[in-house]
Amino acid sequence: MAATATQNAITLKGSTEIVSEFFSFGINSILYQRGIYPPETFTRQQKYGLTLLVTTDDALKNYLNEVISQVKEWLQQMTVKKLVVVIKDIDTKEVFERWQFDVECDKSVLSDGKPREKSEKEINKEICSVLRQITASVTFLPLLESACAFDLLVYTDKDLEVPDSWGEDGPQFIANSEEVRLRSFTTLLHKVDAMVAYKKTD
Amino acid sequence: MSQFNFENELNSVLRMDAPMSKGPSIRWQRKEECNASVNSSLNISTASKTPMKNVNRSVNNPKTPSTGSGSKTPKSQGKSKTPAKAPKTPSGGDRFIPNRNATQFDLGHFKIMNDGKGDNPELLSPSQKEFQKVMSENLNGADIMSNKIISYKNKAPSAPEGYQNNLRVLYSSCKSPVSTAKKTTRNIPQFPERILDAPDIVDDYYLNLLDWSVTNQLAVCLGGSVYLWNAESGDINQLMQVESQEDYIGAVSWVKEGNYLALGTSSGEVQLWDVTAGKRLRNMPGHASRVGSLAWNSYILSSGSRSGSIHHHDVRVANHHIGTLNGHTQEVCGLQWSPDGRHLASGGNDNVLNIWPAHIGSLVSETSPIYTFTQHQAAVKALAWCPWQPNLLASGGGTADRHIRFWNCSTGTCAQSVDTKSQVCALLWSKDYKELISSHGFALNQLTIWKYPSLTKVSELTGHTARVLHMAMSPDGSTVVSAGADETLRLWKCFAVDDDKKKKQQQKSSSKDSSRVLSMTSKIR
Repeated sequence: MAATATQNAITLKGSTEIVSEFFSFGINSILYQRGIYPPETFTRQQKYGLTLLVTTDDALKNYLNEVISQVKEWLQQMTVKKLVVVIKDIDTKEVFERWQFDVECDKSVLSDGKPREKSEKEINKEICSVLRQITASVTFLPLLESACAFDLLVYTDKDLEVPDSWGEDGPQFIANSEEVRLRSFTTLLHKVDAMVAYKKTD
Repeated sequence: MSQFNFENELNSVLRMDAPMSKGPSIRWQRKEECNASVNSSLNISTASKTPMKNVNRSVNNPKTPSTGSGSKTPKSQGKSKTPAKAPKTPSGGDRFIPNRNATQFDLGHFKIMNDGKGDNPELLSPSQKEFQKVMSENLNGADIMSNKIISYKNKAPSAPEGYQNNLRVLYSSCKSPVSTAKKTTRNIPQFPERILDAPDIVDDYYLNLLDWSVTNQLAVCLGGSVYLWNAESGDINQLMQVESQEDYIGAVSWVKEGNYLALGTSSGEVQLWDVTAGKRLRNMPGHASRVGSLAWNSYILSSGSRSGSIHHHDVRVANHHIGTLNGHTQEVCGLQWSPDGRHLASGGNDNVLNIWPAHIGSLVSETSPIYTFTQHQAAVKALAWCPWQPNLLASGGGTADRHIRFWNCSTGTCAQSVDTKSQVCALLWSKDYKELISSHGFALNQLTIWKYPSLTKVSELTGHTARVLHMAMSPDGSTVVSAGADETLRLWKCFAVDDDKKKKQQQKSSSKDSSRVLSMTSKIR
């Protein structure tokens, strides 16, 4: 009985873990599905009851780990507001797609420190449907004709102390874009809304 | 000065909250002002008092007596000539004669001076400021003010050089299902003249399973057996069949004279067959793995293997193996001698196209290519030498490349290239037209006829339901046979020459020649 009770309690640390793990898999899925990197550099991994593709490229892995570990820190401080994956042309720097993950933080936990009650299974189910939607979105997103690169933007609180390795950036919006809201999931501490914006093709 | 009038007025207009300095001036004042300004700023006779000028001068006063739109003046309706029309000045001429009276100098000055500092925040009214704020929120996201947008300074590693989105290969090829081929005066039949069954034809991009001899026999490899189809009579003969069940024929090639047929097998043998007798003349082993490409240069037979090596066989002598070319790291799938026999082009699965020199008669075991072209992004199977332009080679790349490239083999440069949007399986030049034909895979499985050197599409021949792996041309050059992975052979009469035209051409050439030729033609008739 006691074991199940602790499993359903979501602490801030656990919630941060869940959300950052979701970011890692989400970004990997986007990179694979949108063909930003060659598919042969990805490997299959079972997660959330899905087969997800994660990169095996060491340089890319390092980059993602570094970004996500930093984001994790901010998640814990609840200073993150958004994480945006920007896909843009390598040469012209034109932004083609923006995958936006809005993070809503329940800041009351910072003061009371009480864990929330939600089963991990339920959260995983919600995450699973978001990742499924990312995979399915390939069908409606326009084809990326030219070679593309990606960038990660993090929206944080205005008063955040920015580490040296990070720099301020613009929002990198898409001119003439179409937006599609994806599902969301919540750990009751962090709520993540997913959305993709892409360049309208006329 | 007058050029500031407009600016000042405009400023006062924009600042709605500022105290009104003056109302619209009375008509006589304006008139006077106008005349005075013209007088002072321009040394021009002021005789023409154009009421039109006031329109431009003062934004406060939009009443334009000249336009007559308001119909406030019944006079103008009654009169056919309004002062603005000015019928005396030549208006419809083709020359621009600047009229200083009509030129808005002060507006021009204002525009030049204010260029680039249009959005002076001081000049904005509170409502405009609000509007700007809302706009920037809309553009930059509602919470731009309260947020910081940051990104990691080290950017993500970029995809490897030359990597191309696979989806692009998949989708962009179907973008234009309607052929963009240009109409020509020549009629190209859009349907095959004949369709033959080719059961069990091996669906392998790296083989060369079709060749048409000068004696009008078509050799086709279907799995382990080779069939000969006589194009005149339509008879079909089975030439041979390999003994082992697992073996198959990987390449066929007719000698120029058309009496011998060379075969390459999956076990790495190169065989020579006498087709009239139906007998095997020679078996020339030597390759480590299957032979997928063959090319003749008089008595030299060159064979390319999966091991990446190319062997030269002198078919006349017992010790047939006279040379080896090692320029490919993977399977050699395209092999063609140039018509003059001076160059050998070889394409491999390693995306490399090599041009080799001919060393006939000398036993050269180690030669290096004259040129190595690495521009193709996929296997180079389709190779064809231009019959009318020496040293011009056309080569086509596989799925990831989809380009036909044209090479000048005397200078070693890429003369032209065209993206075909589909895998290029085979290439042939026309003998009679300045055209070439290419066969393709996904998505349309079509044959495309291109004009050279303009590289415009002449026609697209569709019909195959799977990729068109091989092509061969009839000895008269009028018909192209294509073999598809859908197990059919289709004959297309796409380069047919008008009979009358041909006769005329023959007459022309014969009349130029001596009587010996004339006697020959008379014999034929």
